Amino acid sequence: MTATAMRDAWYPVGLLSGLNRGGKESRLLGEEITVYGGDAAPKVVSGGRDLPVVERFGHLWTSLGSPDKDLFTIPEADHPDRTLVDVGVVRVKCSPLRAVENFLDVAHFPFVHTDILGAESHPEVAEYKVEIRDDVDEVWATKVEFYQPQAAKSPGEWDVIALFVQPLTEDLCDVWPWMALFDDETSLTDLIHFQQLIFLQDRPMDAG
Amino acid sequence: MASLLGIKLELRPVDFHPGREHKGEELLALNPAGSIPILVDGDVVLTESAAILAYLAAQHGPDWLAADPLAIGQQQQWLSFAHRLTSALGGARLVEMLHFPGDLDALQANGVAALRELEAALVARRLAGSTFLVGGTPTIADIACFPYVALAPDGSVALDPYPSIRIWMRAIRALPGFIEMPGIHRLHELAPDPFAEAPA
Repeated sequence: MTATAMRDAWYPVGLLSGLNRGGKESRLLGEEITVYGGDAAPKVVSGGRDLPVVERFGHLWTSLGSPDKDLFTIPEADHPDRTLVDVGVVRVKCSPLRAVENFLDVAHFPFVHTDILGAESHPEVAEYKVEIRDDVDEVWATKVEFYQPQAAKSPGEWDVIALFVQPLTEDLCDVWPWMALFDDETSLTDLIHFQQLIFLQDRPMDAG
Repeated sequence: MASLLGIKLELRPVDFHPGREHKGEELLALNPAGSIPILVDGDVVLTESAAILAYLAAQHGPDWLAADPLAIGQQQQWLSFAHRLTSALGGARLVEMLHFPGDLDALQANGVAALRELEAALVARRLAGSTFLVGGTPTIADIACFPYVALAPDGSVALDPYPSIRIWMRAIRALPGFIEMPGIHRLHELAPDPFAEAPA
């Protein structure tokens, strides 16, 4: 990926529900940006220039360059029975790519998310499949099997759990966890707390 | 504290971030200061951590409360000291992690000053033969000071320079009934205890 390609990619810069008309100062790939919203149409300005924006998954997305394709879609996000959960922002002192790597790595579950996503008695990671799908320009890890003490509440359906990463600089990022779940029993606050619990367990590891 | 005392609390989750539920009408009615935690026990409502600790310990674990005048004074001293930890290290954590407004440099500097005081006190306690802040066993003073010390790294304040604090934190994490939270992990089952007797 070239430097231009980095600038042409879409990045999350805020929760749509958390924006305000007065604007919020932030950064993207080291450049100053201001993010506006609230009762006005969402807008991102950098150096006096309006950047392209997309509203999707409850977040505002922008790009410093000229994206040659639409932001990816998550079909599950449009399913009427799924609860969409905005978890809020957490700042992490690490390379934005390291935050992605942490999300894909299952080997840390028993030690960082003990008795939730893994157990110290079951640390083995069986072989799984990683591929780069050229048609969509995405990395996919599939056939991942791992011992997890707490199972999802939606048998037969996959939970969709995302980390939207805003690269502020090379070694600092804002992370917006987000979920689309089949779960009408658990309160929204409990769902938010669960995802915050997991992510705040990860945070010291990412920054370590 | 309740878990360390072996009593069951009904926990009511609050959407502190991003919902700011603690500033909502329902919780402001319970606690006009708009802070958490809040303990409700029948008609009793307590909104200060130190008060909650003292109330629970007095009912269920008097061993966790200082008894003689000197120890009571020291315990009270540390309960007040915990407010400094909360405002400095807790404040740095909110700014650094959750985008709260605040002067990060000043909060971190105040936090480091408090940690140095705590380290010096714990060195003196170790020389006197105890790991804990007041007397030979843990008290509510230790529990009040523990969380924001242990969470200091969340606000980018390192704990590496303070060996006595680290020994004290390990002793608290090893207490029966200790509950972890994100940023404060339980002791690993597989990790060796550095204070265990070496095998013969």
